[in-house]
Amino acid sequence: THLLQHDDLKEMLDSNKDSLKLEAMKRIVAMIARGKNASDLFPAVVKNVACKNIEVKKLVYVYLVRYAEEQQDLALLSISTFQRGLKDPNQLIRASALRVLSSIRVPIIVPIMMLAIKEAASDMSPYVRKTAAHAIPKLYSLDSDQKDQLIEVIEKLLADKTTLVAGSVVMAFEEVCPERIDLIHKNYRKLCNLLIDVEEWGQVVIINMLTRYARTQFLSPNQNDAKDAKAEAASLAKRKPYVMDPDHRLLLRNTKPLLQSRNAAVVMAVAQLYFHLAPKAEVGVIAKALVRLLRSHRSVQYVVLQNVATMSIKRRGMFEPYLKSFYIRSTDPTQIKILKLEVLTNLANETNISTILREFQTYIRSMDKDFVAATIQAIGRCATNIGKVRDTCLNGLVQLLSNRDELVVAESVVVIKKLLQMQPAQHSEIIKHMAKLTDNIQVPMARASILWLIGEYCEHVPKIAPDVLRKMAKSFTNEEDIVKLQVINLAAKLYLTNSKQSKLLTQYVLNLAKYDQNYDIRDRARFIRQLIVPTEKSGALNKYAKKLFLAQKPAPILESSFKDRDHFQLGSLSHLLNTKAVGYQELPDWPDEAPDPSVRNVEVRGAPQEPESVSEESGSSSSSSSSSSGSEEEDEDEEEGSGEQSEDKEEEEEKRLKRKEKEGSQKAASGSTGRKGHAETSSEEASASESSSSGSDYGSETEAKQRKAVRAGLSWGAVWRPPGPPLTPLPISLSPPGLAPRRSPLSPTPILGVLGTPASSKGRREWVGSPHRSLGPSQLLSPAFGAVRTYELLHRMAGEGLSVEYCFSRRPFPGDPHMVAVQIQISNNTDAEVKSLRVSEPKPLSGMRIQEFPEIERLAPGDTVSVVMGIDFCDSTQAANFQLCTHTRHFYVSIQPPVGELMAPVFMSENEFKKEQGKLMGMSEITEKVTLPEKCRSDHAIVQQVTSAANVGRVPCGADNEYRFAAKTVTSGSLVLITLERREGAAAQLIVNSEKMVIGTMLVKDIVQALAQ
Amino acid sequence: MCFQQKMIHSLFLINCSGDIFLEKHWKSVVSQSVCDYFFEAQEKAIDVENVPPVISTPHHYLISIYRDKIFFVSVIQTEVPPLFVIEFLHRVADTFQDYFGECSETAIKDNVVIVYELLEEMLDNGFPLATESNILKELIKPPTILRSVVNSITGSSNVGDTLPTGQLSNIPWRRAGVKYTNNEAYFDVVEEIDAIIDKSGSTVFAEIQGVIDSCIKLSGMPDLSLSFMNPRLLDDVSFHPCIRFKRWESERVLSFIPPDGNFRLISYRVSSQNLVAIPVYVKHMISFKENSSSGRFDVTIGPKQNMGKTVEGVVMTVHMPKAVLNMNLTATQGSYTFDPVTKVLTWDVGKITPQKLPNLKGIVNLQSGAPKPEENPSLNIQFKIQQLAISGLKVNRLDMYGEKYKPFKGVKYITKAGKFQVRT
Repeated sequence: THLLQHDDLKEMLDSNKDSLKLEAMKRIVAMIARGKNASDLFPAVVKNVACKNIEVKKLVYVYLVRYAEEQQDLALLSISTFQRGLKDPNQLIRASALRVLSSIRVPIIVPIMMLAIKEAASDMSPYVRKTAAHAIPKLYSLDSDQKDQLIEVIEKLLADKTTLVAGSVVMAFEEVCPERIDLIHKNYRKLCNLLIDVEEWGQVVIINMLTRYARTQFLSPNQNDAKDAKAEAASLAKRKPYVMDPDHRLLLRNTKPLLQSRNAAVVMAVAQLYFHLAPKAEVGVIAKALVRLLRSHRSVQYVVLQNVATMSIKRRGMFEPYLKSFYIRSTDPTQIKILKLEVLTNLANETNISTILREFQTYIRSMDKDFVAATIQAIGRCATNIGKVRDTCLNGLVQLLSNRDELVVAESVVVIKKLLQMQPAQHSEIIKHMAKLTDNIQVPMARASILWLIGEYCEHVPKIAPDVLRKMAKSFTNEEDIVKLQVINLAAKLYLTNSKQSKLLTQYVLNLAKYDQNYDIRDRARFIRQLIVPTEKSGALNKYAKKLFLAQKPAPILESSFKDRDHFQLGSLSHLLNTKAVGYQELPDWPDEAPDPSVRNVEVRGAPQEPESVSEESGSSSSSSSSSSGSEEEDEDEEEGSGEQSEDKEEEEEKRLKRKEKEGSQKAASGSTGRKGHAETSSEEASASESSSSGSDYGSETEAKQRKAVRAGLSWGAVWRPPGPPLTPLPISLSPPGLAPRRSPLSPTPILGVLGTPASSKGRREWVGSPHRSLGPSQLLSPAFGAVRTYELLHRMAGEGLSVEYCFSRRPFPGDPHMVAVQIQISNNTDAEVKSLRVSEPKPLSGMRIQEFPEIERLAPGDTVSVVMGIDFCDSTQAANFQLCTHTRHFYVSIQPPVGELMAPVFMSENEFKKEQGKLMGMSEITEKVTLPEKCRSDHAIVQQVTSAANVGRVPCGADNEYRFAAKTVTSGSLVLITLERREGAAAQLIVNSEKMVIGTMLVKDIVQALAQ
Repeated sequence: MCFQQKMIHSLFLINCSGDIFLEKHWKSVVSQSVCDYFFEAQEKAIDVENVPPVISTPHHYLISIYRDKIFFVSVIQTEVPPLFVIEFLHRVADTFQDYFGECSETAIKDNVVIVYELLEEMLDNGFPLATESNILKELIKPPTILRSVVNSITGSSNVGDTLPTGQLSNIPWRRAGVKYTNNEAYFDVVEEIDAIIDKSGSTVFAEIQGVIDSCIKLSGMPDLSLSFMNPRLLDDVSFHPCIRFKRWESERVLSFIPPDGNFRLISYRVSSQNLVAIPVYVKHMISFKENSSSGRFDVTIGPKQNMGKTVEGVVMTVHMPKAVLNMNLTATQGSYTFDPVTKVLTWDVGKITPQKLPNLKGIVNLQSGAPKPEENPSLNIQFKIQQLAISGLKVNRLDMYGEKYKPFKGVKYITKAGKFQVRT
């Protein structure tokens, strides 16, 4: 049923009703959304990429971006639509074309993307430039070899003065070349000043980047009080008194207002910047903002609390005023409760500990047992850190020992054990109390803790200890492993201190342990027996057994798990996970010596602040005189101009304010910017249509000329006509409307249309159907038959004795000018006759057509026959698949054309060539540097190599260091112009102009390869 | 090829029963199986609220939020500030809410194409692109019943055929060419009291959190300034990006060109030095008898410091201890329900009339044999007071510049309980 369903979708997509197409696309998108595979619809969908209906088009884009990677060859069919979009006068269409083009993850279009990005980076619309910045990481992830070129683009975009671009380009910078901190110097001040007006997401990226930058360029503001600074005493003498770099101050001042952002990510970014960069005394401002975030969603709380927990260890003071904001509600999720508890514990000090402990008492009665356990741990930590309350805490915990919940008791035991280690002498009562617990408490960790305590301090409880051992010996076999180990431990210690009472018990326990299932326990028993029980064999260690077992042990330090987590940049994923995440950029340590601050000075402007506006003014006047465009830029300059009088930094601030106001009033008063924008677009449109109309004039002119040439050639057409069936020649000379140069407004069909949409087939029928206009193959230059390469279609072994080879004869295919002629040579190497050889079931991809060769009735053993078939490859290098059948067998074969075979040579004069070339500049031009090898420097060799790589005709050429070739693609008749310019020595430059950029790109590759051979 | 792939890679929407009902990829496709790590964590957490927002898996990191019974699980490959992703995901949920009136599985499934179009516009290559509601609405029109009927007849679409200009301007939050016949600007000052009241009735912690939500339907490019009688009350404020920060810093005036439609202008906290008036008190007696399978429950709610206004919409919810089997109570006012599975007691009280205080009283049945619960449950209280901002904040005036017409202006005050908890 699935297949059937897809069939009806295909039908809907092929219909010419937009509503049906839309319905089909909606259903397909719904399939994709549910994770269903819709890839088999690719050919049907991609045809609609140039659909007029904007919603259909958008959904096709969605589809394309999703599946292009899987169907690379087919995806290429859509490229030309986007290329056309890149030239659209409307900036939004240019931007959206670039966005989709760059989202298609097809490696072959890398050069096209590169060109498009470069061009968009100098687009006059900041929105298009923003899109270019977004495209950079996409290209980089597709092909990291482009890094150097991309860095150039990033450098250029970093210099951009608009807020729209700033965030996106810094994002690209962070992804492609975060190590190139030098690119930031000149833009540092500008970024700081733009920051408040950048959109929220861009702000986060910029702030994080600037944090890293500042760590490499400025000195630590806290160096005077850094106690742990290395060799401080020595350096103190020579160190100058610390003065904060004004640029450092600028960053702190300009980020501070963003603490008031509604966006939690922005607030966090500023908070981490202050934590890592600000002088100690100023960090406090972030606390209020962070506390505010605690009212947000649970996930936001979770992340913020993690960061607060880390910060509160280093800078306890700043959160103290907000202590109560971390109080826990019974409705908080456990993970939030535990984090809040962590913060409360970090904040505890002598003055607030009584309040905190009172809070903790409520928490202990909570229903959430994990939380109760964490609270007991927290009490333990407070008790170790604050000596004053140690006894209170201990008493509180001891009370918990009578709690009904075993988990609570167990956790308390563990914590008490740690606390007792600090002053055991005073607490023999507690130890006695705990000894009694062994009868009831079952949690292994708690039992183990009690046993350890009794063993360690058996001298404080001389009467009870042996009794405990007696009970434990009885239950030994049923205990958990950790408990057993502690029983052995207790036995050993008692044996050493009170052997009279416990000797036999110890022996008994050790014997039990000797046959325990766990080898650790067996080993331990053996080891301890050797140590404590003196025998003749036992060595000197025996004397020291008591020292070994009952040495003074240091009390454990209860530490926060958030201690020292701040070596990760706060707010980062790595900080949250407490491990280095992939792609984490280490936060550099402050430098010992400040790097040269003058690198941030921008040329022309002497001092950073005041002359800014002056220089910009002059800059803009020149730019605006040179072009009538760029209203945005002008706008900005005006604003800068308004602040011209402001002389010092304070006023700079004012200026910002005024600027914002002014923006507003401008918009409000007359919408002047908007209007200007309109004017811009319309003028742009006007000029575009002007140029295109001139372009079409141009076209018709050439057309006329060509027609003349064709007529002239008629007479010698006959001479050139190859023998064989009569030809229906290629109507290359005529440019039907569909093939008019791309910019022509008359061109109703998109390029893609030529590849098989109904619109184009209509056009095609027209040319075919007007034979009176079609003329002989006169202008087709004789194909270069230099070295015809043959390819294998079917190997002798695979073909069971039948071997098939094919070559591209480079003759026009009789019967259909849009087909490439493929000569097929079939040899029968078997000793039997092969009968009824034919092509069957061609499975062409969309638009592709195959004209089979006539059936070969019989092929005698040892015979070879040659036939010609025609394939319309639709100007793509996709393989044509079909079956080759004999009377007994079917062989699946496929023919894949090299790109050079998809065209036919065309005659042209040098002038015509140059004219046509002029129309195919920019995106349609691909340039590549070539180094010619020794043997390939003669005229002959070059022409030979180029014509062998592609079916092109040579264009006569005036200069002797230039070679020109021309051809038209077989299916759509698009011009392909090749220029090879020889430079000094072996160097040469290859230029290919074609509106079929995919073909152009591939052709360049093939020719370069051919020349290198 | 393995290069850095920053930001959000893919998004999965998962419902409470663990079905992935929507997926969207901004880069190469990531298999659904990555969600298994999420399900694992979810199982471990038991309660949905306890699923960790960040999960580390061998090849990816999963950052998720839980909103309206839906998990939004995003797949990340490299270091990225977790809040960046979380904030974005919430913005996505907000947008769905804004478009479909609710952010539910059904709404998303019914509008899957619009959802997809929205997601496509909101992220480019995993980096946020257009998240402002005004811009999105120009690009993709929200569905309405009328429009969907018209669309199905005429075959026209939800995608705007005009391209958004807002994205290009310096005020990206406002769409261009706004026109209304009635020009109106409404502001709702909503204050919430967060409080913890201890057993004896004294306040452990109390704080006022406020927001000003606006509904602005003004033509053209209005430039508004809103001033307060007592702006110093506002201790900590966060702003919508439209507000001019410096103006606030220097004059304590909110000056802005508003987005069109509904939006949150500011959120604020009232200085914690101020004493917070607590509008209700709760008298409670909850006890469980030793060695018996029952207990007593007696709660009375009364008004206190309510500035002469009526306290209404009072609801009390209590998570009873696990040992509680059932409750036999009588309410003097309103109605109560007890869910024996989740052990949640809900008492919908309604309005409090000081003459006759609402009371809920009765017997608690405990599991026989189970030990007496140690803990007493906390009472969570909700209430509402109309026409009162409990902090005393008052809007002074609203001025409009830049447009000629006279707008209709309105300010409404309301006080609610936020996280208001009484410990027993």
